[in-house]
Amino acid sequence: MTAPHIATSWIIAPAILPAITAAIMILVRRRDIEMQRVLSVASTVALLGIALFLYQAVSDGETDAYRLGAWPAPYGIVLVIDRLSTTMLVLTAGLALAVLLYAIAGWDRRGRHFHALFHFQLLGLNGAFLTGDLFNLFVFFEVMLIASYGLMLHGGGAKRLRAGFQYVAINLIASSLFLIAVGLIYGVTGTLNFADLAVKARAVAANDQALLQTGALLLLLVFAIKAAFVPLHWWLPATYAAASAPIAALFAIMTKVGAYAIIRVFGTVFGDGAGAETLGAVAAPWVVPAALVTLAVGTAGLLGARRLLDLAAFNTIASMGTILIAIGLFSVDGLTAALYYLVHSTIAGAALFLIVDLIAARRPNKLDALVPCNPISQAPVLGALFFLVAIAVVGLPPLSGFIGKLMVLDATYDAPRAWLIWTTILVASLMMTIAFARAGSTIFWKTDGQTTGPGWETASKTPMVVVAFLVGASLMLAVFAGPAVKALHATAGQALDTQNYVNAVLGPQENTEPERPITEPADEATTVPVPADTQVEEH
Amino acid sequence: MELIVSSAIGLMTAAAVYLILQQRTFPIVVGLTLLSYAINIFLFSSGRLVIDKPPIIGGADAYTDPLPQALVLTAIVISFGMTALIVVLALRGFLETATDTADLPEDDFPDETETGT
Repeated sequence: MTAPHIATSWIIAPAILPAITAAIMILVRRRDIEMQRVLSVASTVALLGIALFLYQAVSDGETDAYRLGAWPAPYGIVLVIDRLSTTMLVLTAGLALAVLLYAIAGWDRRGRHFHALFHFQLLGLNGAFLTGDLFNLFVFFEVMLIASYGLMLHGGGAKRLRAGFQYVAINLIASSLFLIAVGLIYGVTGTLNFADLAVKARAVAANDQALLQTGALLLLLVFAIKAAFVPLHWWLPATYAAASAPIAALFAIMTKVGAYAIIRVFGTVFGDGAGAETLGAVAAPWVVPAALVTLAVGTAGLLGARRLLDLAAFNTIASMGTILIAIGLFSVDGLTAALYYLVHSTIAGAALFLIVDLIAARRPNKLDALVPCNPISQAPVLGALFFLVAIAVVGLPPLSGFIGKLMVLDATYDAPRAWLIWTTILVASLMMTIAFARAGSTIFWKTDGQTTGPGWETASKTPMVVVAFLVGASLMLAVFAGPAVKALHATAGQALDTQNYVNAVLGPQENTEPERPITEPADEATTVPVPADTQVEEH
Repeated sequence: MELIVSSAIGLMTAAAVYLILQQRTFPIVVGLTLLSYAINIFLFSSGRLVIDKPPIIGGADAYTDPLPQALVLTAIVISFGMTALIVVLALRGFLETATDTADLPEDDFPDETETGT
């Protein structure tokens, strides 16, 4: 067992805080939108603070576990933090704060319970990053998805309902597959705890290997649906284009949950020789080719986009492709590049959705269609912001996308078929540049007639500040790329270190853990309330 | 017993897949429900099939694995909520668009005039 750490009891806070906030908002502050906004922002700021605190607490490389109800690890529920999960927590909280400030400028009035759903969504996201076992990953996925259904439909409208039905149906099918995978893995190994699974998967009998691999590949399929892998990406453009802008921006982190789950399960749990030579490697042959096709399809979608929102949605797919190429290497360098690109693309992708919304709001007739229109108000500022966001997204210097792509290229230098990966990434970048240049020039240059949209006096300044803040974050990520890459390199190393994770959760061990069922505590500090004298009468 | 359980799972899954592949919302909802039944039974079987034994460790000589029962319970609750949601969604969609097809209408331009700020 790890030494008691100052942060241990705070691990559960990122899951509990949004839950309490959301409950208060439903029960007490239902009618009072101003109060909801204050509470919502205060709670999100607190969440960011807690996330930063946890990040700091594990920045020495320690992996920390919180055992709910003090049940020892493989039998109770554990929440685990390490560098990877705290990085994701900080990213989520930061993005949530930006999106919330943007939404407060008007979007949150369009339907009821925006703020409550928003915090339930944060609960699901944070829970998914914290959880230490497979079934709770499923549960938190569901929490996240239920809230996202509500948020996606937020604002109503026939088109949104239709797209929402598809989104819900596809995710229900994905959830079913998840349960099948959970059942298969539990049936073979008898455990769902990540750390325990990492140990037990190595000792699986040879004739059960096929079942375990099937379970693992089904899991990969589920995460691929979440991450919008080709050919499982078809739900994404319709959903994101139908969702309201701040929600689509928040959803930028939802695809990344799929990427996180792939890293966690196939990097940490099944990686490092788990299941003899087979299980850790079972995902690898699929990830890189699918990621390449994902990038190609995303780029093709960008070129074919006739609306700005399609541009933003297909950009999400293309950026997931780039991330997954780097993840698919399952090496420390690859993962470092993937994490850097993940952070960058979350920020830049969200900024893109928000700037698209700002532009559409100023084109009352054409909205976000890529057709010539009247000049829009505040064109210089919006144009500059769009230009910067496009630079970040496409991966041109000086913003973070350039360094991200460079790192991905560098990491794939020695990979098999590196020429194919390099060609795809470079050609895709060129195509993306063309797509964004075309969009920008159509909207800002091919204009005619009277200026439309609100003037400086009436327009709310907050949304633009938020977008500028996100662009600034991308710039900071590029300026401080050195320290960032160093931290992410350590994160990647830790994420691939299965033994460290196992030791932190189960305690140092020599692979002598007893078979299930268990009647003795595996942890010296806690006692297990085994229902030993429960008498059950046979009948 | 194994044959009954596995064929039940298989039949329900096959029916579910057939229904889900329809283009109308009601068959899809029924298909998803069938799929969740099939998967709940499948989850039960992941703890091995045992007859007439309590799911309590230490209470009797033999027992059936309690964990899948807990998993199934959670899965039932979640799928119940999800089914309720998707039924409401299908109904709202039908009432607003007067059609129960599940595909999206083909149009290049947004039919909604709402925007932010």
